Amino acid sequence: MSDSVIANFDVNGRSREVLVKPYHTLLEILREDLGLTGTKHGCELGECGACTVLVDGLPQLSCLLLPHQVEGKEITTIEGLAEGDELHPLQEAFVEAGAVQCGYCTPSMLLTAKALLEGDPSPSRQEIAEALSGNLCRCTGYEAITRAVELAATRMDT
Amino acid sequence: MRVVGKPLAKVDARAKVTGSTLYADDLIFSDTLFCKLLRSPHPYARIKHMDLNAAKAVEGVVAVITGNDLPVKYGILPISQDEHALESEKVRYVGDPVAAVAAFDEETAALAAEKIRVEYEVLDPVTSIEEALSEPTDEPIHDYGGPANIHKMAALSFGDLEAGFAEADHIREDVFFYGGNTHLPMEQHSAIATYVNGKLTLWSSTQTPHYVHRTISKVLDLPMQAIRVVATPHGGGFGGKTDPFSHELAVCKLAMVTGKPVKCTLTREEVFYAHRGRHPVLMWVRTGMKSNGRITAMHFKTALDGGAYGSYGVATMFYTGALQTTTYDIPAYRFEGARVFTNKAPCGPKRGHGTPQPRFALELHLDKMAEDLGLDPVEVRRRNYVSPNTTTVNWLRITSCGLEEITDQVLQASSYVNRQRAVGHGMGFAVASYLCGAGLPIYWNKLPHSECLIKLDRGGVTVYCGATDIGQGSDTVIATLVAEELGLWPSDIRLVTGDTGFAPVDLGSYSSRVTFMAGNAALDAARKLRNLLAEVAAESMGCLPGEIVTGDGKFGTLSFEETTQLAQERFGAISTVGSYRPPDLAGPYKGSGVGPSPAYSYSAAVVDIDVDPETGIIKVNKVWLAHDIGRSINPVSVRGQVEGGVYMGLGEALMEEQAYRKAMPKQPSMLDYKSLTSVDMPEVETILVETDDPEGPYGAKEVGQGPLLPVVPAVVSAVHDALGVWIDQVPVTPDKIMKALDAKAKGQAPRFGPKSFPDIAYPQYVKVDTPHVATQAI
Amino acid sequence: MLRLKPFRYLRPAGAEEAAAIVAEFDGEAMLVAGGTDLVPKLKRRQMEPSILVGISHLEELRSLRSTPEGGMEIGAAITLAEVTRNKDLEMHWPGYVQAASLVSSPPLRNLGTIGGNLMVDTRCNYYDMTYEWRQAAGFCLKKDGDACRVAPARPHCWAVSSSDTAPVAIALDATAVLAGPEGRREVPVESLYQDDGIHYTTKQPYEVVTSLHFPPRAGWRSSYVKLRRRGSIDFPIGGAAVALVIEGGRIIDSRIVLSGVASHPVVAVEAASYLVGHSLDPELVAEVADHAAKPVKPLDNADLAYTWRKRMVKWLVTQAVLEAGK
Repeated sequence: MSDSVIANFDVNGRSREVLVKPYHTLLEILREDLGLTGTKHGCELGECGACTVLVDGLPQLSCLLLPHQVEGKEITTIEGLAEGDELHPLQEAFVEAGAVQCGYCTPSMLLTAKALLEGDPSPSRQEIAEALSGNLCRCTGYEAITRAVELAATRMDT
Repeated sequence: MRVVGKPLAKVDARAKVTGSTLYADDLIFSDTLFCKLLRSPHPYARIKHMDLNAAKAVEGVVAVITGNDLPVKYGILPISQDEHALESEKVRYVGDPVAAVAAFDEETAALAAEKIRVEYEVLDPVTSIEEALSEPTDEPIHDYGGPANIHKMAALSFGDLEAGFAEADHIREDVFFYGGNTHLPMEQHSAIATYVNGKLTLWSSTQTPHYVHRTISKVLDLPMQAIRVVATPHGGGFGGKTDPFSHELAVCKLAMVTGKPVKCTLTREEVFYAHRGRHPVLMWVRTGMKSNGRITAMHFKTALDGGAYGSYGVATMFYTGALQTTTYDIPAYRFEGARVFTNKAPCGPKRGHGTPQPRFALELHLDKMAEDLGLDPVEVRRRNYVSPNTTTVNWLRITSCGLEEITDQVLQASSYVNRQRAVGHGMGFAVASYLCGAGLPIYWNKLPHSECLIKLDRGGVTVYCGATDIGQGSDTVIATLVAEELGLWPSDIRLVTGDTGFAPVDLGSYSSRVTFMAGNAALDAARKLRNLLAEVAAESMGCLPGEIVTGDGKFGTLSFEETTQLAQERFGAISTVGSYRPPDLAGPYKGSGVGPSPAYSYSAAVVDIDVDPETGIIKVNKVWLAHDIGRSINPVSVRGQVEGGVYMGLGEALMEEQAYRKAMPKQPSMLDYKSLTSVDMPEVETILVETDDPEGPYGAKEVGQGPLLPVVPAVVSAVHDALGVWIDQVPVTPDKIMKALDAKAKGQAPRFGPKSFPDIAYPQYVKVDTPHVATQAI
Repeated sequence: MLRLKPFRYLRPAGAEEAAAIVAEFDGEAMLVAGGTDLVPKLKRRQMEPSILVGISHLEELRSLRSTPEGGMEIGAAITLAEVTRNKDLEMHWPGYVQAASLVSSPPLRNLGTIGGNLMVDTRCNYYDMTYEWRQAAGFCLKKDGDACRVAPARPHCWAVSSSDTAPVAIALDATAVLAGPEGRREVPVESLYQDDGIHYTTKQPYEVVTSLHFPPRAGWRSSYVKLRRRGSIDFPIGGAAVALVIEGGRIIDSRIVLSGVASHPVVAVEAASYLVGHSLDPELVAEVADHAAKPVKPLDNADLAYTWRKRMVKWLVTQAVLEAGK
């Protein structure tokens, strides 16, 4: 354990102090050290977006983040999106609009969409597509995901 | 109907949006070991010697196994038992697994795997169809098949081909090539096994837990009773998780050797080596046509690059010749097919299994014939459409068929006929058809293809079925069908699926079989249960069982719970079972097992594109897709499948390609293997046509695979519409378009594509009598 | 999962200290900011440092302000996403913002820095592969091997410069400040690059890019057009940055810089000069584009057919000139 370091950051509102390897990515720390397996991995190289989490509110790829880079930061994972049993409007919309097929990219899409709507409550279809363009999906053709983001935006805006 | 056809939420969606769904790599058990496979760096080589000592000496390594520990051969098809979980004599592609390490963590396993010393004698790899057809410089890749590196050939002839061609006013030949591509599921394959008390359990991201179960039994020499395979929630399959895989067998063996849980999750690069993707297929087609567009005869030849192992390849090869006739009434038809072995990752089934390639060729070939004859390409198709309730020349039974309706609707919605004509803008139209489940099982038997058990007690309704939800929504379909029968909501139904230990057999999520087959099995069981409940409810209410109306959780005036209690008081423990086996549909000839299905779905696509004549870059503006679904069990899910199919079809048409430099995979990463991002995806307009299939559950047919098929030729047709050049090879990359435009400018044939089809010594064709059913008059 | 090999991660207090550490552990230590380029390369073992020296936390690398004389100073650790949101940059240096907005994908731009994009490693599809792949295919000159796999005839590395932002920075006469253990120096961005896929930069490995400076550019119009297969994620397989000054309908100054076509951003000095003194006539633009494209020789080491990439250079330049001239 001689090469381990202590990392401090906040995950879904809970402050964490974890003994980690400096060469373990945030993805590994979340999934393997903290048991937060809702964050997925698809390529391990920053090419697919499946491991997206929010770091201080911005979508970033946990497979590329080293623990030192998130020191003291606030991280949101998919487990932190719902309030207790109450789904986030985006989650509701994803369920209703059929935006979930295999569900493997879903956490990344939801978090990315959350950041989008926080910056722009009523994005156009093109803006939604742009925002999601770093997150690959192989099931939906992005169509239902886009509709779900639109639906959630409409509901959240009113 | 109360729940069938309603846009209800999928039963697993809530777990998936909260991140609580556990996929295979999310599972971890106490004291789990981690496995890493060592793979061959050579496309073709003999293994001379392996030294495991350095690997075993690494601290944290618990076990190292090789092919000597797993000597039994297997393969998904009984006729292609040509794989070892770990090869010990010969490696046949870059990535072929040769050893497996179990260690305390994945990093240690990887480090140890790297320390295994393997001495190879490198052989000359076979890298193309042409090379595979000629005499190899080294020994053939496998010790079966042949001549040369041919795996399997077939030749079938239906009707009087010569007479058909003699009758034709116009005969045309074309050659096409469909590049190979891969599934690229977002989730990498992953498996974890435990071995406790002589019982082996494997949780795996598989589409076919039953076939994996059988393979484990064979390879590890365990009785079927000692094995349980659980298909975990799936991060995408598309056919890529339909074979038994090395990593699955390795973790089973390592769990037995170490007595601890063992997990193996492939890296993304390894997923490209596991592959089993779309076969590259070279195709030649010759068709005779009357001047009015009526087909008189068709001769279709295919050559498939199968890669290093058999996989589903023999079936794939037959599929390249089977479904041409399910859209067009072809009075005389000959098919000759060959699959070859090459030293590349093994090909297998991908969405549409063996049919997107010939569909691409067939649709474009018909476009060209229409152009030759000065006919409208849509009219030429219509003139040859099959009719409902007919039998094709190759003995395929057509029942419900919405070809005319989907054509009408897609043309109307897209205004294809009145499209704007301008250089650089084009629209293309194509149709296709797909199976609702293979009519025959993969291994010969007369057992049900799908079985379902429903348990009812004070705890509610639980449905047990081997069907595997790979994201397509099969759990939702089963829950919806049972809920409809019992007057409940789909969310009221508890499901145990994809588990060979707890649920009765379903053959798996392939060939678009689940809604039709598992759906019918579930319906069978649910109706039996409904009858039991209706009987006691009627007795209590003093009416006839047939008068009981169910819905909103009620049986007549009784609540579902009250009815359950009455039923249990009367019958004791309650469960009902249902099963489905398709009718005997195979024709009277060898090779007739591929193609029959209890029903066929139909899809028609129109694609609208802009293509820049200066760059060859295509922008897809919109896709209209009309699909004969029979009936939508859940219209939201059906639409999702259509959109996903269109997406994947566009990917195959425009960019997806499992490319090689000789035998070296060129782009085994998600950056280099190109798949459409959200900004590359056009709007999709989905049109659903319900033809109410007589044998489908509530009339339903498939939607998972069919909608992909017409998209690929429609894109190429649109390119021709826009620029007057034919791209007879997918993917249609901009450089190919520019080469075709260059050829056109030089006065050469305005096309890009293969120049010729090799001379293949197909066997003498089997002449098959045509079915005694009146076909459309010529 | 593909994982990183062990390394230590150091967090220096300033740029000079960072440089001093890297200099001290010569060849063992590497600088890392956002890590979007480096981390995948480490996972693929294209570089094997035992020490990473983080710099993205350094406040001195986080400036983003107009200079008194009307230029712009951008700290090297400013993310690409931050650049795309900056109104001053968008107003006066639109080509740079355009380029930054086209780098990779949104989540990468939230992490990747402008300094990182300037210094992004050259790319080649024989090199940007995992260790196992490179072992199977044969190691290349740039890492672990002794021959170039693309053009084995001579020992030269042809890996491709893949920065979207560098060509625009060059076109707009930007300078970079580099901090070394002994102090800082300011150099034109253009001078940072050289024609060698391995030693593609003149910057010393220990030198920290601390900021990028755009001189005042009143009257300059700029553009960047990128070629890639998809609308997101992909690196450039060609690109053209153009900067123009147009007065009274005539071009009085012009720059054309190409990306993705050689081991360094290619400055098409002569081609650009042909525009000067003329109006934006499509025929002239086509001629100039043709001239700019002529010497470019892409090789078969990036996406799509190199012959097509070659013919696309002319199109890229044409588009970029017209876009800048709008």
